[in-house]
Amino acid sequence: MSTNINTIRDLAERDYKWGFVTEVEEERVPRGLNEDIIRLISAKKNEPEFMLEWRMKAYRYWASLAQSQAEPKWANIKYGPIDYQDIVYYSAPKQKAKLNSLDELDPEILRTYEKLGIPLAEQKMLAGVAVDAVFDSVSVATTFKEKLAERGVIFCSFSEAVEKHPELVKKYLGSVVPYTDNFFAALNAAVFSDGSFVYVPKGVRCPLELSTYFRINAAETGQFERTLIVADEGAYVSYLEGCTAPIRDENQLHAAVVELVALDHAQIKYSTVQNWYPGDKEGRGGIYNFVTKRGKCAGLNSKISWTQVETGSAITWKYPSCILQGDNSVGEFYSVALTNNYQQADTGTKMIHLGKNTSSTIVSKGISAGHGQNTYRGQVKILKGAAGARNYTQCDSLLIGEKCGAHTFPYIEVKNSSARMEHEASTSKIGEDQLFYLQQRGLKTEDAVSMIVNGFCKQVFRELPMEFAVEAQKLLSVSLEGSVG
Amino acid sequence: MSLLEIKNLHVTVAGQEILKGIDLAINSGEVHSIMGPNGSGKSTLAQVLARRETYQVTRGEVLFDGKDLLAMKPEEAACEGIFMAFQYPVEIPGISNTYFLRSALNAIRKYRGQDEMDAMDFLPMFREKLKLLDMEEKLMNRSVNEGFSGGEKKRNEILQMAVLEPKLAILDETDSGLDIDALRIVAKGVTAMRSPERGMLVVTHYQRLLNYIVPDFVHVLVDGRIVRSGGPELALELEEKGYGWIENEARQSAPASV
Repeated sequence: MSTNINTIRDLAERDYKWGFVTEVEEERVPRGLNEDIIRLISAKKNEPEFMLEWRMKAYRYWASLAQSQAEPKWANIKYGPIDYQDIVYYSAPKQKAKLNSLDELDPEILRTYEKLGIPLAEQKMLAGVAVDAVFDSVSVATTFKEKLAERGVIFCSFSEAVEKHPELVKKYLGSVVPYTDNFFAALNAAVFSDGSFVYVPKGVRCPLELSTYFRINAAETGQFERTLIVADEGAYVSYLEGCTAPIRDENQLHAAVVELVALDHAQIKYSTVQNWYPGDKEGRGGIYNFVTKRGKCAGLNSKISWTQVETGSAITWKYPSCILQGDNSVGEFYSVALTNNYQQADTGTKMIHLGKNTSSTIVSKGISAGHGQNTYRGQVKILKGAAGARNYTQCDSLLIGEKCGAHTFPYIEVKNSSARMEHEASTSKIGEDQLFYLQQRGLKTEDAVSMIVNGFCKQVFRELPMEFAVEAQKLLSVSLEGSVG
Repeated sequence: MSLLEIKNLHVTVAGQEILKGIDLAINSGEVHSIMGPNGSGKSTLAQVLARRETYQVTRGEVLFDGKDLLAMKPEEAACEGIFMAFQYPVEIPGISNTYFLRSALNAIRKYRGQDEMDAMDFLPMFREKLKLLDMEEKLMNRSVNEGFSGGEKKRNEILQMAVLEPKLAILDETDSGLDIDALRIVAKGVTAMRSPERGMLVVTHYQRLLNYIVPDFVHVLVDGRIVRSGGPELALELEEKGYGWIENEARQSAPASV
């Protein structure tokens, strides 16, 4: 296997392809966190009083947790203490005035997107995708708004939503993930700078796949995004989220919150491809990704699907969940999480069954390579009223090499005896025999590894929108080019 | 020049010498069979030729088409034209047979500087080959070897061989675990692939496969050495008498053990 090991080592030692920093003039608030900073952020964003109040409540709650050192420690991840006073909580590229078209965009930013291969302008439009690009913390470009507006779909930055649709924001903000939910959710609520907002009105099928590219660019700047998607009765929306970040030595904290609300007969499909800087091969640097994502199937026959392909970040702490409140509502979670080198991931989902005949499906594929540690943590809760609830969980781990680890923590709580639960789990290893077989048929080592891994992830990939699936496969091959031996 | 030329090949696995000086030449158009009792080194020889890296060559050389085979990686050997039908084909969940085979074919074509074959050109050719092996097309949409019976797996190996059209086909105990019907189909496929442009090395424990694939030459491998070579009649003799007598003979004539 010596040749294999060498090839793979060479590939693994390739630098992070997307590591570069754009020089853009930034507007920052002073380092640290206190009530004045919260006021400053809110003022900079010209927010109405209710937002400031909410932020203040969140901040005070977070500060009380921070004081009692209530940062969650139960996850199977290890990292040094985070100094929350050493973070700059708001930075936005300076802009002179509102933009009318992409031509007015800072050319540096445009070039960054080009390097990332983000076809922000023409290509995406031709492909029928509206892009709300988030550069650092402020949305700098939005396309296809008119087309969406024709159908009454609101797709805009969070700031804009606060300004133009305060009643919707007020109604749904924090309704799925309250600021008291957890340490990081509280922090996000206090300091979030921007994000995306989607509202699809009654009976409307959103005509486009909505997509946002997040990007962390400013050094030592924690990024706190907040996304809120509401699908009104009978509405349908598919939202894509994808990202890469430039190389950095310092660890960067990212604590986002995503809330989804599906009313009667509504459907939300939320897909993520995440490729933030994972740190170097010695485990230095990389993004700390502490995210709270949760959807509420509030209405009858509603459905929420989470699909994620996670290959980036030094640490991932993320459990996209569904609260199945409406009768007959459906929750789905399809996940591929890859950890290579010294990456750590503690990820999974929660399916909380409240309504009758609710059903949930969990398909989790964990891939560990190098010294990567990959943990699946899932909770399925069937409450008393959830007669006829069903859950199917499949949880597979693939190990590449000898030094990585896969861990599984499924929690199942059933309080209604009519529930039906299925749980399948497997752990396998890319074996020398599998590799040799593919090589004997003419495939190079890296192609062989990627074929095996792509096969392993197929169930998840096929849940992704087509263009995303292709991107995800490429991403996996690149991230993976990393470790047999 | 022979297609394959093995000279004084010595191979060890985990410090133990398995092949102790093999000499063998195979020309295009010839079918050679390697027979021998369990543990004689038959499979080792096949795997070394396919360039499996768990085996260490300590002495000797192997030329394939005039090139140094032992300097090649497995995928290079494959692209140069060596194909091995596995004794235990592995499963690749989530990857369809069709996709896998087209990827393999295109990897080889790319290596040879040929254009990659698109699905439109691939499918008609593929269907022809499927017919040859009595295989249903719908099987090909399933994952590689997943849920295949033993016989289906072996047929799939020969199908791959038929698609990839190697210069040298190595069959590693392809008959093991096959019932008589499957054996016939496999043999039919292999026989259809005999050609003046192709050499074959059929590794087997039992003679019965050779009723269907009649070799030009039979070599008997005992304890890491070829102790006897002959025509197809040698296989029949072994079938009748077993390996005992030839092992005894070999032991008596072997040079003092190392």
